[in-house]
Amino acid sequence: MKIGILALQGAFIEHKIMLDALDVENFEIRQRADFSRDMDGLIIPGGESTVIGKLLAELELLEPIKNAAENGLPIFGACAGMILLAQKIIDGMTCLGVMDTVVRRNAYGRQLGSFRTQAPFGGIGEIPMVFIRAPYITEAGEAVEILATVDGNIVAARQNNLLATAFHPELTGDLRVHQYFLSML
Amino acid sequence: MEQDRYELNKNLAQMLKGGVIMDVTTPDQAKIAEDAGACAVMALERIPADIRAAGGVSRMSNPGMIKEIQAVVSIPVMAKCRIGHFVEAQVLEAIEIDYIDESEVLSPADDVYHIDKTRFQVPFVCGAKDLGEALRRISEGAAMIRTKGEPGTGDIIQAVRHMRKIMGEIRALTAKRADELYEAAKQLAAPSELVQFVAKNGRLPVVNFAAGGVATPADAALMMQVGAEGVFVGSGIFKTGDPAKRAAAIVKAVTNFTDAKLIAELSENLGEAMVGINEQEINLLMAERGK
Repeated sequence: MKIGILALQGAFIEHKIMLDALDVENFEIRQRADFSRDMDGLIIPGGESTVIGKLLAELELLEPIKNAAENGLPIFGACAGMILLAQKIIDGMTCLGVMDTVVRRNAYGRQLGSFRTQAPFGGIGEIPMVFIRAPYITEAGEAVEILATVDGNIVAARQNNLLATAFHPELTGDLRVHQYFLSML
Repeated sequence: MEQDRYELNKNLAQMLKGGVIMDVTTPDQAKIAEDAGACAVMALERIPADIRAAGGVSRMSNPGMIKEIQAVVSIPVMAKCRIGHFVEAQVLEAIEIDYIDESEVLSPADDVYHIDKTRFQVPFVCGAKDLGEALRRISEGAAMIRTKGEPGTGDIIQAVRHMRKIMGEIRALTAKRADELYEAAKQLAAPSELVQFVAKNGRLPVVNFAAGGVATPADAALMMQVGAEGVFVGSGIFKTGDPAKRAAAIVKAVTNFTDAKLIAELSENLGEAMVGINEQEINLLMAERGK
């Protein structure tokens, strides 16, 4: 099993640390050539979605990742990753547009609105959740399974091979969300 | 400040890693920076090169101007307060700034005490020339560190010197026996617990960016290769012929900082770089403000 981690900008090393802890082989994707390597899944990390989205397009990674998502490659997007996967972004530009969701960016406001909480996640129990200038899902299509909500807002969801969280499991020591993703492979 | 808040503030800096934070003085510039791929902007009235040229006392920016910038971009907005000026910091917190830079670029307000950053909910980034200075700022509550470099010069030498010093001192600590760390803490004039963390983990407990004098894609990649986790670019963008193009090139160079072929392409036809001044030509060393 081998997981690619999109490493254009943001907290990608934190995902590597989680995968290393789970003994899962992984590598960084910084340009087109890296994406041609064999992989069983892809992680799109947190960071600034505007930056990662722009670099995806300019480094010619957008179409290949979009095609891979449509062809069933398991992809896990956290925070910025959730935004990049969404079909529609309120007051923003769609990037990959492969997940039938509408996402609000900076839904909790500025850094003073960042918070930590605990909530149940899709049958694996209560997990710690770290929200940093986080988005959430305002609408989800029928094919989308809602995995977690906080204060009535959707903060984790799955659509077949695609997993998205508004929070950062990689910033906690809890490996269960990554294990959940690996179980989708 | 409760521990959770400090962790969340360190976490925001983690999200900025691998990115470029750009100095902007107007909403238009902020928009150009965001479109060029900045992961955050630093809102200030004058860029460091102009502060240096103008001389006189340099203070926190007009909060009205900062709010205008907050209104036009969706990325984090940072702003500077003077070293030790905790009321300027309170003002910036009141307008919900995402990060405060307690900065040597402005005229220091206190020549003894830095701000007690643990009393704030919003995060702080502080400059450092060496490991001891970085750890002292962290012990005061800084959630992110950057090299001081020499702002507004377009000369990379000081940023390189500071980053090499910090990284070298970190490597030296990792080779020490546990019983040698108390003396190391004394020499560094830094708290023992932080020295022990660095010795054990081989890194600072917070994210560490490069700042001061970055003017080209190659400068930015150089800083990444000597250990920076991201880059601040101040005067190096809006003091040049084609700010949008140069900014975008620096962003890409930071992502692919070891790909010399790409950096060569990015360095082509960027228009005029900032003229800059060499360290020997400077009368005022801002990096010497605050220790």
